[in-house]
Amino acid sequence: MEFTYHIEGGDFSRAGAASSEVKKILKQLNIDLAVIKRVVVALYEAEVNVVAHAHEGIMKITLAPDSIEAVIADKGPGIPDIALAMQEGYSTASPRVREMGFGAGMGLPNIKKNCDRLEIESTVNAGTTVKMTTFFTG
Amino acid sequence: MQVKEIMQALSLTPCSGHQGLDREITGGYVSDLLSDVMGHAREGEAWITLQAHKNIMAIASLKELAAIILVKGRRPDEDTASASDSEGIPILSTPLDAFETSGKLYQLLASPSGESLP
Repeated sequence: MEFTYHIEGGDFSRAGAASSEVKKILKQLNIDLAVIKRVVVALYEAEVNVVAHAHEGIMKITLAPDSIEAVIADKGPGIPDIALAMQEGYSTASPRVREMGFGAGMGLPNIKKNCDRLEIESTVNAGTTVKMTTFFTG
Repeated sequence: MQVKEIMQALSLTPCSGHQGLDREITGGYVSDLLSDVMGHAREGEAWITLQAHKNIMAIASLKELAAIILVKGRRPDEDTASASDSEGIPILSTPLDAFETSGKLYQLLASPSGESLP
């Protein structure tokens, strides 16, 4: 089962809307609540990253019998140094975004903690693709 | 303890989401960093913050928080209030700061025997 959502860059009034839709569907499908809680944290952070940094993006969810895979792919500035971006506290968010309480450098660490497998590919001045997988058991 | 009981005990002003006033509050979390709340707050908690923009409702809804308490007299933005109404997650306001609000809420939620929260 697959479903895809569009994410608009810069539109903070809609930030979290895609994650919220996914959460509703996962609840309807009776996915384990502990898994939903983790997935939702990771999805929200990835969605906010697109809103805060990119022009636009998509969130594609693939539901397998044993796992949820989410691919968040954006068109945007890309990440020059992924290892640095993964460090807690590191952020390139604008002052406006920080004033809202985002940009604390906790997003990617939150994603890492809340999925079982994480792959990030990025090309500077092109975009970033985050692929995260969460397994239902173990 | 229900949101409305805490509202009365702490003299909080209800701003929006009134239909959620009987939600059960199981604890509290204090932070103005959204990812901190996203990563660490737990379902059923009251979130004490000074952030009043609409994104706090996205977090409250995704995390299934019981209520948001805005400190230092802050009120929710208009779109924040309407999101609170449609989600049924109340936003309450207090003139107190986060330190005073947390201390009072902690005392209310701690058991009568003086045991600390889980």
